[in-house]
Formats: sequence, structure tokens, C-alpha cells
Amino acid sequence: MTPEQFETWLYPDETGLYCAPGAFHIDPHRATETAIVTHGHADHARPSHKHVYASPETLAIMNLRLVQQAGQHHHAMVSGEVVTMGDVDVWLAPAGHVLGSMQVVIEWQGQRAVVSGDYKRRPDPTCASFEVVPCDLFVTEATFGLPVFRHEPDDREIARLLTSVAEQPERAHLIGAYGLGKCQRLIALIRAAGHDAPIWLHGATEKMCAFYQEQGIELGELLPVAGAEKKDMAGSIVMAPPSALQDRWSRRLPDAVTCFASGWMRVRGRARQRGVELPLIISDHADWPELIQTIKETGAREVWVTHGREDALCHQITKMGKKARALALVGREDEDDSEDVAP
Amino acid sequence: MHAFATLLDRLVYTPSRNAKLALIADYFARTPDPDRGWALAALAGDLDIAIPVRRTFAQLLDGRVDPELYRLSRDYVGDTAETVALLWPESDRPEQGPPLADVIETIRTADRYAIPERLAAWLDMLDTNGRWALLKLLTGGLRVGVSARLAKQAAAQHGGKDVAEIEEVWHGLSAPYGSLFAWLDGVADVPDITGLPVFRPLMLANPLEDKDLETLDVDAFVAEWKWDGIRVQLSAANGDVRLYSRSGDDIGRAFPDIVRTITGNLVLDGELLVMRGNIIAPFNDLQQRLNRKVVSAKMLKDFPAHVRLYDILRDGDIDLREEAWHVRRKHLEAWSKTHPNPRLDLSPTVIVNDRNALKEIWNDTRTNGIEGLMLKRRESPYLAGRPKGHWFKWKRAPLTLDTVLMYAERGSGKRSSFYSDYTFGVWVTHEDADDELVPVGKAYSGFTDKELRQVDKWVRGNTLQRFGPVRSVAPGIVFEVAFDAVHRSPRHKSGVAMRFPRIHRIRWDKPVEEADRLETVMALIGETELANGDETSGQQEGEQLSLL
Repeated sequence: MTPEQFETWLYPDETGLYCAPGAFHIDPHRATETAIVTHGHADHARPSHKHVYASPETLAIMNLRLVQQAGQHHHAMVSGEVVTMGDVDVWLAPAGHVLGSMQVVIEWQGQRAVVSGDYKRRPDPTCASFEVVPCDLFVTEATFGLPVFRHEPDDREIARLLTSVAEQPERAHLIGAYGLGKCQRLIALIRAAGHDAPIWLHGATEKMCAFYQEQGIELGELLPVAGAEKKDMAGSIVMAPPSALQDRWSRRLPDAVTCFASGWMRVRGRARQRGVELPLIISDHADWPELIQTIKETGAREVWVTHGREDALCHQITKMGKKARALALVGREDEDDSEDVAP
Repeated sequence: MHAFATLLDRLVYTPSRNAKLALIADYFARTPDPDRGWALAALAGDLDIAIPVRRTFAQLLDGRVDPELYRLSRDYVGDTAETVALLWPESDRPEQGPPLADVIETIRTADRYAIPERLAAWLDMLDTNGRWALLKLLTGGLRVGVSARLAKQAAAQHGGKDVAEIEEVWHGLSAPYGSLFAWLDGVADVPDITGLPVFRPLMLANPLEDKDLETLDVDAFVAEWKWDGIRVQLSAANGDVRLYSRSGDDIGRAFPDIVRTITGNLVLDGELLVMRGNIIAPFNDLQQRLNRKVVSAKMLKDFPAHVRLYDILRDGDIDLREEAWHVRRKHLEAWSKTHPNPRLDLSPTVIVNDRNALKEIWNDTRTNGIEGLMLKRRESPYLAGRPKGHWFKWKRAPLTLDTVLMYAERGSGKRSSFYSDYTFGVWVTHEDADDELVPVGKAYSGFTDKELRQVDKWVRGNTLQRFGPVRSVAPGIVFEVAFDAVHRSPRHKSGVAMRFPRIHRIRWDKPVEEADRLETVMALIGETELANGDETSGQQEGEQLSLL
């Protein structure tokens, strides 16, 4: 193992990204001895690890979603607190993706690697903002690793939604959004825009919203769709997991306007595939300018790209005079529109 | 530009036909001439502003966007205009942009070398949506889920008219349709199309269902062969001759060998074919002649065009459309006798007296190299559209083969980012090596959206190699492919090509080793090509052929 040659001590094996001198995996896709988990989304927080290191919020989310299978031993790591694991020092720094999401900082023999997990740079009322940690190796996500992806300002997208709601008082606006993070952030943004009316929840989103509220995040008045009268939901906003959009479930709503909140919505083809009537370009992942900005700010001389559209980002990183490498990790989904339903 | 961009954006995301009609009609009501006329032309696909797309875009992007990033983005988005619109640097203070008419006027009159800079200036001032609409407009093919007919329907709705009234005059008009809107607004009479070779909306057939056949009153019908070319309308008036495709596009420029032989005032309905002597060439040969701006003398000689006539709609001042089919047929036969023309002949009718004989003839269509049968009610008038109960098409049963998926390509538009275009192959036996797959065709239809998602996922998990938007995959899925015919093709490695292939069933259950072999495919060629050469030529001799 040579500290300057990162691939000699940090590399993907069949379980996930492995740090050899620390003897742990980061976001392994299957059960392992020791896992550091960046955040609670299903393709990062897998069941049944022996030791799980994560932020207290992520551990709580894992308990909530995986219950018995949340892992044998939980080790809470507060942001910035250094833990020694094997020969390496490890600490977490906020990633700004969802509540509790963290980057993993690894220091070994004078070299520092940062594994970003998923992240975004714009402010989010429901979680701590991304912190830039200068490093030698930066392992970045690339969900939106193409220059066509520039997310619109959040307030503009929320304004479009609220205009549409006001224009069609007889219809409900059904928003499909990732059940952990995106759903709560949208509600918080809608509240910040001055919309005080009750917001209705699909059963699969209730638990996570309640958890966010317990954590002190204001979401206003939330009501369950289950048992509600059709007419009560006219002119209002309903939150559901993406899978419910085309489901028979949505028939209980008054002539639903199908909305979908995702960075993919910037590409018309993607919105049309889903039969979306009102696409909202709101994402919890960095868009292209944010990815480039972040890579620059970390000052890393080498950048690895974990999942997404790695070709374009690697090309750009090379143009920036840095060494780029695409890490093909198994078990990662095209995030931001996969079906993420809380149990 | 802003109002038009907003209209297009809303159309893209509006699934309901009625809501689309309302959006367009509302736009016509709110927008002054000539902008609304240009918008109608754009929606109906009749806007003829030819900018050299490739060169213009290359000039636009040069120095602004990294070519590699552009290529990868284009590959992902699946649409050139949208890719450029999304990549273009954002304006801090976007503006409404110029009126639609100004854009079109500028593009039409500008020196073509000045167009990229003009376009860049507009792109700099517009927002993402405005840029997209502008570029879609200039590259043709809006793809906003509006057909030419729906656009006309919206104009009809705006003016409280029937869409047939608009279709009847449509080809006598040109953008920006001032006279049309004046009529629709009630301030002028219907536009005068007298003496113009306009398109008469075609009469189309319904597919024959099994239950139709059992209840069909055979005596009331006459059968015709369904020829394997493209349906056309020849419309001539005052020395001006048009050859219209089924959708009303004038394709006459590509077929001077037909157009120059027509004189007089008349409207004929027929099938466009390539014919050598009495032999109909494969559809592939006709394809060489389609979609060409200019035709070389060699083309005209090697692929001679021919129209086989089905019907006559107008002769001189007489509109025959109200007449019964048998009256029009007599008229057509008489006209044909007095106007001999080696480029035209009559499609023979087939007299059939009972249901069983009809079935027998239909069963033979495959061996006879004919696409199928048409059944026409003797008393049917010539009605626009697809009226029920008058005409039936009875296509011959397709052939099927079990093939193996070899390559998958990302689709475009609605299917961008989905691997939706499939190249499939069959096995070839080698003496000294393992069996090998060779591609025999490509298809992108015949499966449901759900199956598309399943195959897409499978492709991503079983990729061998990537070539831009194409992935080669490990042999793993059997596609049962239905197709109309197979012919020899030196351009393909397998030496064969399929006509009208579509995915019939996805055989997740079938092991790939059990898919068909090339010998089986070759055997099917023999059948269809032989038949084309020998049998059909015999039938084309007589004008009326009685099979009983």
C-alpha cells in the first residue's frame, strides 16, 4: 500500500468501496463487517451490517426503515468528530443531500481522501449544508454529470407549482417525490413560499415526515390521504412516492395533476416517459455547475466518479488538469427517480 | 416568441386531446396575424424554412461548448435542438424575444452565413424554454404531440367550422394563412381553391377482424389486391400536377417520371410502386426513390416508378366522390381506355362469390407475394377518413422467427435514455468454431412500456460493450419477431433484411440456444422472392381477374 497511490488502499471490491488500512466499507451494497454509511437512502444504507458508523440521524433513519435489519452495532459519529479505525483517522462532514447525510473524510499517512456520498450545494431547510473539505482524493457522485443539467432556482419551481394549484382549484396536485428527503424538503419549500393549507400524505410518506418533525423541522399541517373524502383534497397538494403516480391509488384524488420533482425533469423526454403534467426541476443532487465547483474547491489532485454519467464528468475533470477515474460500483441506482418507499 | 414557446411547452405536457385543442384554439384567439399563421404552419409541419441544421449548429457551438461534452449530452437527451437549448449559457435577464413572424422573416431573407450569429443573439436573450422552442422551430419536427390534423382541428374549433372544410382548402393555401384566419374569424368568405390541384382527404380502410369476416355480406363487396407500395393521390389542375402521399405531403418532385405524364383536370387514387416491365420490384426499391429532393437519370432508369390506380375522385368538373364505388370504377375504366399511359394501370378487381373462396385467396396472398386483400363495399361513396363498414384491409398473416437480442440503442424523444431500439440475430453454424449470432433486423415497436422498462434494465445489466448510444449485450433474451417478408441484402452481414419487423413477444422463458438459425431465414426468402418474380406478373395482365 502506497499512500500517494490511492487505489492501493481504497478500492472497490465485490461488496463496495473498501478502505484497507481502516478495514471498513463505505456504503457497501451488501452486508459486511464494518460499514460507514453516508445517508439513509436505500441504495446506500443496506441491511444487516455487523458494525454501522453513521450520523445519529442516519442511524435513526436506518432503524426506522430497516427495523430488525438495521445492523448489529450502531456507532454514532457527530459531524467533525475524529474516530480512529485501524490505521486511519475518519470523520464526517455534512453533505447537504438529506437529513443526516455526510461525507466521509479518511486520513492515512498524510493523505486525505473524501468520499462525498450524494450531495448538493444549494441551501435546504431540512438539512445541514455541504461543507467543503480540502483533500487529495475526492470521490464524487455524478448523478447529474452532464452539462445539460442545471437545476432551476427552487423558489421559481415552487412558484410554478403554486400558480398551477391556484389556477385549478377543482383538481389536486399530486407530487411524486422520493420518500426520504425530497418529500420533506418540498413541503418545507412550499411552506416557505407562504402556502399554509394542509398538505396530504400518501401512507408511505407519513412515517418519515413525522420523523423530520420530531427532529424539529417545521412542515406545517399534514393530513393522511387514507380515509379522506375526495372533495376535501380539491385544490390542495398531495405528496406520494413516485410509484404511486400511475398507480390506481391516485384515483382517489380529485382529477390529479401529476407532478414530479426531480433533476431529470429538465429533459423533456424523461418527463414525458412518466406522463408528468407538471415537471418540477428540484433535486437533492448537485447539478453540473455544482459538481464542477465542488471539485475545484476541494483542490483534489485526483477525482473518482462513483455513479451516474461518469463519462462526461471524467472528461471535464481531465480537462481541469486532474486525474479522473470512473468507479463502477455495483448496486447503485439511477437516483432521483427510483422508487423509494419507506417500509 | 414567448407566447409560442409557452404554447409548445404546455402542449408537451398536456396528455388530453381536448385540452390540447383548447390550448391551441386559445392561442389562435389571442395571437395576431401573421404570428398565429406561422404557428399553425409550424404545428401542422408545413413550415418550410430550411436552415442547414448541421452546419449552423456546428458554427453555433464552435468555441462555446466542448465537442465531447456536446456529444455525450446529445446522446443522453436524444434531441439536438433540446440539447443545444439546455447547454446554452443562461441569460441573467431573459426577454420575450422577437415575434414569431420576425424570426421566420429573418431566417428566410438572411444570408445563410449570417444565420448562426443571428441565432446566437436570440439564444442569448431567451430563457431555456424560449431557446428550445426557437431551435425546435428551425430544425423542423416540433414533436409536441400535435399532428397536422390536430392543428387543423384546432383551427376549425377556433372558427367554429368542421375540420373537413379546412382540409378541403388546405392545399390551396400557404403560410401564414391570412385568408384562412379571415374566413375563420368570419370577416371573409371561404378561400377560393378553384383551379388548384388540391389534396382531397383520402378514404382509408379498417382492419378486418375475424368477427367482421363471419358477418360480412360477401355479395355486397368486391376484393382488390393490396399492393406493397405507398398509397398516393394524383391531383392535376390547369397544368399543375401534384403527387400527394397519404398524409397530404406533395412528393411529386421525387417522381418526375410520373408527374410529367399527367395532363388535364383530375384526381386519381392509387398505389405508388417501382415496376420493371410487368414485375413489381420489392418495397426496398421504392424506398430508394422516396425522400429525395433530386432524382438522377440513373435513379429514374434503375427504379422506374408506376402508379396502380384504385379510384377516381374527380374528372374535369365532375366531383365523383358522392358516387358509389361501382360507378367510379366504371368511370375509371373508361378514363383509362381513353388515356393510355405506360406509367399507370388499373388495379384489377377480384370477383369473389363466397366466404370460403375469399379465405382461400387470402391464404394464397403470401405465396403470391401480395400484401393482402382490400374489401370494398360496392355502394360505398368516397368518404374522407376511415368510415366504418365501407372498406376493409385484410393483411396477410405475418411470418415469425425466434431471434436473439444482440444490440440495444437508446431511443429519442419520449424514449430518450431508454434502450428501445433492438437489433436481433439468428444463429449461424460454423464447422470449426462455436455457433455465432448474425444480425437479421432491427425493431423498436411491438412491446409495452412495461416490457420496455424490463428490457432496458436487462440491457444495462448485461452489457458487453458500449459504442456511443449503442450497447452490445450478452445473448440472453429471445425476441419472437413478426415481419412481413425477408429479402436478400448485401449490406447486411447475414445477407438478409426483414420488412416491417416488430417485436411480437418477448420470450423470457426460452433459452437462446433454441432461437432460429440462418438457414430457416434463408428458406423464407426463396418463398417470397420467387413469388414476386413469377406469380404476380401473371395476374397483372388482365384488368379483371375472376378466380372462380
